[in-house]
Amino acid sequence: MSAHGQAIGRADPKRRAKDRGFLALLIVCVGISVALLGVLLVDIVTDGIPRLNFDFITSFSSINADQSGIQAAFWGTIWLMGVCALFIVPVGVATAVYLEEYADETRWYNRLIELNIQNLAAVPSIVYGILGLAFLVRGPLSLGPTVLAGGLTLGLLVLPVVIIAAREAIRAVPPSIREGSMALGATQWQTIWKQVLPASIPGIATGVILALSRAIGETAPLIVVGAATFIAFNPDGLDSFFTAMPIQIFDWISRPSNDVNDYLPLAAAGILLLMIMLLLMNSIAIWLRNRYEQKW
Amino acid sequence: MAERVTEPRDRQQDEEARGLARPLGVRSDASGRAGDETAGPAQAARQAIFELRDVAVAYSGKPAVRGVSFDIGKNEITALIGPSGCGKSTLIRCLNRMNDLIPGATVEGTVAYHGQDLYAPQVDAVEVRKRIGMVFQKPNPFPKSIYDNVAFGPRVLGMKGNMDQIVQSALERAALWDEVKDRLKTNAFGMSGGQQQRLCIARCLAVEPDVLLMDEPCSALDPISTGKIEDLMLDLKREYSIVIVTHNMQQAARVSDRTAFFTVELGDQEHRSGRVVEFDDTATIFTNPSDPRTEAYVTGKVG
Repeated sequence: MSAHGQAIGRADPKRRAKDRGFLALLIVCVGISVALLGVLLVDIVTDGIPRLNFDFITSFSSINADQSGIQAAFWGTIWLMGVCALFIVPVGVATAVYLEEYADETRWYNRLIELNIQNLAAVPSIVYGILGLAFLVRGPLSLGPTVLAGGLTLGLLVLPVVIIAAREAIRAVPPSIREGSMALGATQWQTIWKQVLPASIPGIATGVILALSRAIGETAPLIVVGAATFIAFNPDGLDSFFTAMPIQIFDWISRPSNDVNDYLPLAAAGILLLMIMLLLMNSIAIWLRNRYEQKW
Repeated sequence: MAERVTEPRDRQQDEEARGLARPLGVRSDASGRAGDETAGPAQAARQAIFELRDVAVAYSGKPAVRGVSFDIGKNEITALIGPSGCGKSTLIRCLNRMNDLIPGATVEGTVAYHGQDLYAPQVDAVEVRKRIGMVFQKPNPFPKSIYDNVAFGPRVLGMKGNMDQIVQSALERAALWDEVKDRLKTNAFGMSGGQQQRLCIARCLAVEPDVLLMDEPCSALDPISTGKIEDLMLDLKREYSIVIVTHNMQQAARVSDRTAFFTVELGDQEHRSGRVVEFDDTATIFTNPSDPRTEAYVTGKVG
């Protein structure tokens, strides 16, 4: 006999306690992560805000902590991101188009490519640094520790992210659009170029920006590739030596500070600037996604 | 109801101008046997545009439909009816080689179009689809403006002429012009389902095809939109040959000249595949079918 006839009362106290206990545990976990982030942010902002001004961005690095700025690293990062973007957009999108539109998944080599791309996304960034050093800086290409070598190394690092994002964007275009286009006598290439890619641009752009926002904070591969830690000029071309913001921050933090030269506020200001750029890029990505996302 | 503006044209001249009368490929050995073996008294006067001979389609080796042989007449509406899974949609997709896009799909037998084998090695599927347009079950407008939806086909095919006129004429023939002429630049997704489907028809007409294939074009539409599309089909058949797959038997009876009734059969290894039970004038199929299975289906006793 079930409880059909009984009045509906309170739940079993044990079950209620478990239910509430679990919720409390979740809140504690959320609290820990938010608190850690908050402490970190407050610490950096209090240290960095006094130094984060126009002079900081327009001054070159200097032994004199008071006169030191991030200009060379700021422009170095901009150049790196430019090279990186010019590399990952065509290569990443073309790979995604091949894998989604042309590749026959029953072929072993296509499955192998796919498996490798998934794995490459998880390879530690220092490994890409070594790859860049061996193949781009020295070895076959011998580009030297230049903007081009650094940008391409970062590009290789984030290429899997772009490919995966672009594939998802391309896959989100319904097959009925391809059929409609092909049924009018369009070739496969016309269908891809004039229907599929335009419809997936928002997704691809979002993926590219997120990939760049990962690349902008990378330090290890650039150190291996040979980015300079102290440079007092802006890059003026692809073959120029360079430094980048994470490298500059790393350099300031690792210098011994004393009463005369305190480098820590500089590092904090650098981190703030980097975070502002990151936030900006991610906001653009979110805006793009919400504004242009196609509802099918 | 919107005013229909159709331009009766000299079809023969038109076809020659567009090169339709020319062979798609070099091979033309199918041209001699236009409908001789199946030509009964009812079919004597018609001119066949498609001749299907023992057509079988399989997906990854599993037959979906087999043994299909009948002729599809020029300037006629041919309806394919039958229960789900009987291969009607598979068959209609053979007629413009849309099945090529499905990995593992194979077509056997002969699909002759104006006497030429559509599956001959020299025939380019893209060329086939230029002449044999298709409208799908669910309206599939491109995520572009109404104008660009219609202009897409002519643009990719490099058609010469005044694009505004091409677009207007296609929309007029699809009985949509009066409803959309003031908002050609707005997104096609803002139209109603029935308008979207007529836009898809206009899009096909813009590339000046020879045949229109319609795979359940009204199944996602309400009765009023369905009525508009049926009127449109009756209008269009003066210029085009139409093949329609439909689950709606009243629709087949209302619009079509000939009807093929398909059914599902258990084949080798218990595999189900479709077959044609009967192909005849629509009036005969619905009033005096020769096969009891056809009668059971069209009278609603089965299915």
